[in-house]
Amino acid sequence: MAKNLSTIIIWSENTPGVFFRILWLFRRKMFNIETATVGYTEIPNVTRFTITVSGNGDQVANMCKQVAKLVNVLRVEKVADEKLISRELALAKIQIKGKGEKGEILKIIEHFRAKVLHMTKDTFLVEVTGGEEKIDAFYENMKEYRIIEFVRTGRTALFK
Amino acid sequence: MEQKTKLKTRLKEGEKVQGADIVCECLLRHGVRTIFGYPGGANIPIYDALYKYPELHHILVRHEQGAAHAAEGYAWANGIPGICFATSGPGATNLVTGLADAMLDSVPLVCITGQVPSPLLGTDAFQETDVLGVTLAVTKHNYLVTKAEDIAPSLYEAFYLASHGRPGPVLVDITKDAQTAYAEFHIPLPKKHLEGRVRLQATPKEVEKIVSMLNSAVRPLIIAGHGMLLSGDGKTLLQIAEKQDIPVTLTQLGLSTIPSTHRLFMGMPGMHGNVAANRAPNEADVILAVGMRFHDRVTGNVAKYAQQAKIIHIDIDPSELGKNVKPTLGVVGDAKMVLEQILPKLSKRRNPQWLKRFHQWKREETEKVYKKELHAPHLKSAQVIAEISRQTKNKATIVADVGQNQMYAARYYTFNDYNTHITSGGLGTMGFALPAGMGVKSADSNREVWIVIGDGGIQMTIQELATIVQEKLEVKIALLNNNFLGMVRQWQELFYKGNYSEVKLKNPNFQKLCDGFGIPSLKAKTFKETREAISKARKKRGPFLVEFVVEAEENVFPMIPAGAGIADMIVSPKDK
Ligand SMILES: Cc1ncc(C[n+]2csc(CCOP(=O)(O)OP(=O)(O)O)c2C)c(N)n1
Repeated sequence: MAKNLSTIIIWSENTPGVFFRILWLFRRKMFNIETATVGYTEIPNVTRFTITVSGNGDQVANMCKQVAKLVNVLRVEKVADEKLISRELALAKIQIKGKGEKGEILKIIEHFRAKVLHMTKDTFLVEVTGGEEKIDAFYENMKEYRIIEFVRTGRTALFK
Repeated sequence: MEQKTKLKTRLKEGEKVQGADIVCECLLRHGVRTIFGYPGGANIPIYDALYKYPELHHILVRHEQGAAHAAEGYAWANGIPGICFATSGPGATNLVTGLADAMLDSVPLVCITGQVPSPLLGTDAFQETDVLGVTLAVTKHNYLVTKAEDIAPSLYEAFYLASHGRPGPVLVDITKDAQTAYAEFHIPLPKKHLEGRVRLQATPKEVEKIVSMLNSAVRPLIIAGHGMLLSGDGKTLLQIAEKQDIPVTLTQLGLSTIPSTHRLFMGMPGMHGNVAANRAPNEADVILAVGMRFHDRVTGNVAKYAQQAKIIHIDIDPSELGKNVKPTLGVVGDAKMVLEQILPKLSKRRNPQWLKRFHQWKREETEKVYKKELHAPHLKSAQVIAEISRQTKNKATIVADVGQNQMYAARYYTFNDYNTHITSGGLGTMGFALPAGMGVKSADSNREVWIVIGDGGIQMTIQELATIVQEKLEVKIALLNNNFLGMVRQWQELFYKGNYSEVKLKNPNFQKLCDGFGIPSLKAKTFKETREAISKARKKRGPFLVEFVVEAEENVFPMIPAGAGIADMIVSPKDK
């Protein structure tokens, strides 16, 4: 994942098209979104977006002001990493070749406190959560074996 | 904006009617008197309802782009949103240029388009276009309404958004089944989160900071833009300028905020702006920038713009602060309201030395540019505009198109009255002026409206001459004919080795065209004919077109080449 990411948290009305408007605006202002997670929150009818982008401080600050102008957006904040606890979730399907490999892979899973969600004769389907660096490290370790599929959700975050 | 005068509303709270009736009722209740539009299959129910609302005067344009620009002119002249109707598909897509224009120039519009019936949405039905998607980028906000009961809330929000904060165009796309379905009419409750959004006044701390920066300035400069013009009047601005003896420059869209003849008015900055207005930002120590956005046409290369100055930037749109130029102090607020806050706290002062500098610059421009333009032996556009200014006693409303003609209008008309200069600044839409001028006249019949337009631009929306005739709109049209796409030709002459690529126009016979439309016209080739033609045009009631045959290859100077710094201004051809 790209380094020096800024986290932008957006609260919006849960109306059709809101997602489109927000993502469109980032493109319009020439930002590349690194990750975006969206979901319901503790407030009824309010959707919360956690978006990470790269870009210098002034650009990101202006981007937030642009987003704040969207009519369906209720609040926007660019949040410093220290103020957040953030996590992402990754799923990986790994091929197992023989007994020896199986033990090694299980060790890695244990080390990362990952969970095996599904197992076949020759595959593990694993879930791991954590900060980006942890997920990166997990991926690096698993790369030694054959990764059949790998997905990660991108950052979602709460204020400390 | 609810109309204060007595108004014959049709619907009672809770009355069950068709969606199309609700559309008309909402317009009526928002004080709408004029609509620019074009009917079609998907908005025919709204036109049917319109039949019952004779006080909503509908102007049938000849192309929906004309409707949008006319609505812009209307909004500009009246200060309330202009209204457009268009049908689905091609009707709606024809509005797009006008919406984009209104978006960049902060013009309030409410556009109502018909859409295919909701069960057909997404099926590529006849005349279906995803209008919400297409217009997302060119509206302040847009709505897709598929139920009759959602019409009133959407329209109320649309009016609110179009005219509050930084104004802009809002589009409401209404499916045909929502227009014909029955629903109870209710006046919607205001939406809280919309209303709390706009900040109008500065905090006491900000006021104190602005005041102290201005009070201690040695070479202060004011640059005011469209936001200043939009905020009501130029009086507070003038009071501040006079109290502190601060030179004032007005951006193109700020022109006519204060009279051009005022001793502190130092012209317009920008690519073809005035020498003083362009040199001053690089010598000032404090710049008060209000309701303007440091547009690239104003600053030239920003890296070479006002580097030595402390900048106070006041704008109602928070996202403008720091977007193009980083201010020393950025303040969110309404231009006039913030100026009213600082006015009483400013000390009185005089700046004779600093003002002398401006008079030097003005003399330089007079010698190198004005004299040549105004005293040339053959007819020049500058002379035409200056003569219109003289005969109208600086009191006409000038609606300028795009290109050289626009620059001549801005430079050579002397604006005396508030809000009398209208043009397409941000988008630079050729063909804007003819329909926009029509909109201005229909908003305010007391204005003397002069449309200034080139031979290229007029052919982009020339069909609206028919609307002008049908509506008996008394607009005067100054067609500056150089038989070229003049502004592009100028660039080709100056920066592309004189390769005139696709800029020569073989034009129609404009007199015969006018005859066909039923508009009287004259052709002027000399200054004497110009004087007489303008006088005749003004005396004759109804619309009138004068074709001025101006020098084919004249250039607008000064000029800051695109991308260059303001110091690289070419004042006259010899400087190049
Ligand atoms: C719709 C549109 N197309 C193209 C342009 C690019 N353009 C800017 S000025 C200009 C020339 C305008 O020619 P004319 O209307 O004859 O006016 P003049 O410059 O000669 O006064 C052109 C083509 C534009 N601004 N708008």
